[in-house]
Amino acid sequence: MTPVNETLAQYSELFMLIAALTYLVAFFFFSWDMATASRSIRKLEAELETEHAKELVGASGGPTVSAPADSRQLVSEDMEYTDGIKRPAANIGVAIFILAVLGHGFAVVSRAVAASRAPWGNLYEFMTSGALVIALVYLVFLLRKDLRFVGTFVSGLVLLMMMGATIGFPTPVGNVQPALQSWWLITHVSVAVVSSGLFALTFAMSVLQLLKQRAEKRGPVAGFMRLVPSASALENWSYRLNAIGFVMWTFTLMAGAIWAEQAWGRYWNWDAKEVWTFVIWVIYAGYLHARATRGWTGTRSAWLNIVGFLAIVFNYTIVNMYFPSLHSYAGF
Amino acid sequence: MSKTQPNLPTLGFRGTLRFIWTQLTSMRTALMLLLLLAVAAVPGSLFPQRRAGADVVENWLQDHPKIGPVLDFLGMFDVYSSVWFSAIYLLLFISLVGCLWPRGRQHLKTLRQPPARTPRNLKRLPEYGQLVLEADGPTPEQALVDAEKILKKSGYRTELREGSVGAERGYVREVGNILFHFGLLGVLVFMGIGGLYKYEGQKIIVEGEGFTNNLVSYDSFTPGTAFAEDRLAPFAVQLEDFDVVFDRESEAHYGQALEYTATMNVTPGPGEEPYQDNIKVNDPLTIDGVRMFLVGNGYAPNITVTDGDGDVAYSGPVIAQVQDPNTNSSLVVLKVPDAKPEQLGFVGMFLPTSQTGEDGVAVSVDPDAYNPELILNSYYGDLGLDDGTPQNVYVLDTDTMTELNSRNNDNGGITIGVGDTYELPDGKGSITFDSWDRYVGLDIHYDPSKWGVGAFATLALISLVISLYVRRRRAWVKATERDGHTVIEYGLLARGETFGLREENIKLRQIFDNTWPVIPPSTSEES
Repeated sequence: MTPVNETLAQYSELFMLIAALTYLVAFFFFSWDMATASRSIRKLEAELETEHAKELVGASGGPTVSAPADSRQLVSEDMEYTDGIKRPAANIGVAIFILAVLGHGFAVVSRAVAASRAPWGNLYEFMTSGALVIALVYLVFLLRKDLRFVGTFVSGLVLLMMMGATIGFPTPVGNVQPALQSWWLITHVSVAVVSSGLFALTFAMSVLQLLKQRAEKRGPVAGFMRLVPSASALENWSYRLNAIGFVMWTFTLMAGAIWAEQAWGRYWNWDAKEVWTFVIWVIYAGYLHARATRGWTGTRSAWLNIVGFLAIVFNYTIVNMYFPSLHSYAGF
Repeated sequence: MSKTQPNLPTLGFRGTLRFIWTQLTSMRTALMLLLLLAVAAVPGSLFPQRRAGADVVENWLQDHPKIGPVLDFLGMFDVYSSVWFSAIYLLLFISLVGCLWPRGRQHLKTLRQPPARTPRNLKRLPEYGQLVLEADGPTPEQALVDAEKILKKSGYRTELREGSVGAERGYVREVGNILFHFGLLGVLVFMGIGGLYKYEGQKIIVEGEGFTNNLVSYDSFTPGTAFAEDRLAPFAVQLEDFDVVFDRESEAHYGQALEYTATMNVTPGPGEEPYQDNIKVNDPLTIDGVRMFLVGNGYAPNITVTDGDGDVAYSGPVIAQVQDPNTNSSLVVLKVPDAKPEQLGFVGMFLPTSQTGEDGVAVSVDPDAYNPELILNSYYGDLGLDDGTPQNVYVLDTDTMTELNSRNNDNGGITIGVGDTYELPDGKGSITFDSWDRYVGLDIHYDPSKWGVGAFATLALISLVISLYVRRRRAWVKATERDGHTVIEYGLLARGETFGLREENIKLRQIFDNTWPVIPPSTSEES
């Protein structure tokens, strides 16, 4: 056992705080973008109109780049970036979010280095690393797809997790107890966290899908909801991400079973944590099947997805804290 | 199907069966059963389960005398072996087999069939493209041969037809889908087989003591339903040494246990050469497929008790139950039924690093044994063991006994360090704290079915990936002649999810462009 590097551990805690504050700022910018969506849209429409007028005046023939047709769409069905609407607040939000992720990343890595092990040996580390993974998953998708519309949700969730970790389960850096000294801690937990990150993202998409559906039914969509892709696009994309998440969750379950066999001799023991991991697996299996069942697509599968994520949250919070379990490594 | 008359409301027995079968094997039923399974699993995490600890359930029942029996009747304390839980998953798997069997047969047929017929109008397909070749380019027949080659290279199964090529890809998706469910079925079957042949048990061993793998040696033992005693592998182990490494570097986690190592002398069978091996947490000892897991440990003070007659009534280690893992303060209960003229009983604490505070109460301040002390109360009288009712060895029933030593009476409590002897009042005898050892709690498991479970689970995972990510596609290419030019038309269709169809079109288009002398679309293609 290498001794704990206490100085580095202190830096980790400092950067965790800085990162949380930075996420808070990003959260404000994303919210601002939401709140001012109607104004941005109106501005774009006005611009388009003047442009259109100019074009009519110019009235030149030939193949001009037909921008208006594309940009007026405001948002691409495939969540591609369009150059139509300018959303300065959202862009600042993204930039600050990236800064926050850098600080957050440093905090998590330095904690891992300080203890010379994977940084998820107790609930504090699990939540802060988990929050980082959610932020990273979001950033990776943000590179390719315009997911700025869930920025408020993601930055809010990450902030909430960091606050929960710091206030609820503050744990000084230390070596990990013998039960957790296993290679499986790294694989089992990291894959679980990544799939949870994906499920968190699709949860937000499903909620927006339901809201958008309601808005579409009521008539012309206004405000922020216009910047959200159509309900069917949201449904398709959450299905794609959930398919990845489900494979990872299946792996989590199997890796957990292998580890349980190595630690306790029983690969499956219906322990509270195992029960809930299984329940979550079944819910998402149901979700994937629902897509192929008549009458279950759209609203119903969106609700299944929402229930699945709520079960995940329940599993990480209530089950961890209150259910008697062999998995109680919370560290408090 | 038999012809049914509209004025006949009954389906008949066979008809009813057929109706039930159709309903059961429908996707909708399977989905409902799946969601029901998720809901049904939840109570097992809310209520204590007998399989995890029968005593916890008994306590719960005593605390809830009204609702307890009702919940017990409903099987809430044995959820995973209850009739209703089993019914749900068995129905689910029947539904699954009924759903997948015809699908499998259908797919076998599909695998032998050529790609689907070429549609008359390719423009109706979700992805469509048209190319006009230079006049010196290939003839339609040659172009189709090229197209077939290209599609084959892209993983399509192809058929060259009169004026067109038909192609299909991703047959393995359905194979993955069927194998995934088949894998889950295999997991269930092997879990069932495990229920027959596995056995598990617990054993506490003090340093220096041994364990032979036979039924009488176990502290507790749970056999599978097809267990026979001659299945126990005839090995023996002895706990040579148990070592704990404590964290002495960290301030925040000072004294936290970092490493447990049990050194075992193993004799794999009668007359075989013994060898030494370690058991650690997460690193069990395997002998002939039997695995021994380190799940607990603690201190075992060696105590000698002499009775009122001056005879040694007890001598040996006493398993002390750890009450506080931070300090290893441990509960000691010692019953001495052989003591004469009256039986003796002791209850108290083993404190590994004992320190007496200002209030006169001794506590342990470290989990390691720097200053071990026994703090005990003593009793004499009837231990209640003689009538044969089983007793918990960790609980001393003092109802029929008289208190001899206690902080609350004039005799005071017993406090003895290693090597100390305490003379009991009134000539009732004496107690000596000879020395201390550590003990380990071992879980011993044998489950030959786990390899089957693992293999089928792996099969399920791999097939799941195939069934979700392999894309099912159909493609057709037509070639015709127009004004001396060869005109190529092609169309793509996705079966199931349509993701990536556009990308596939672009890729195909690029290959076509590189293969043939295509006239740039701006001058040829109608929009």
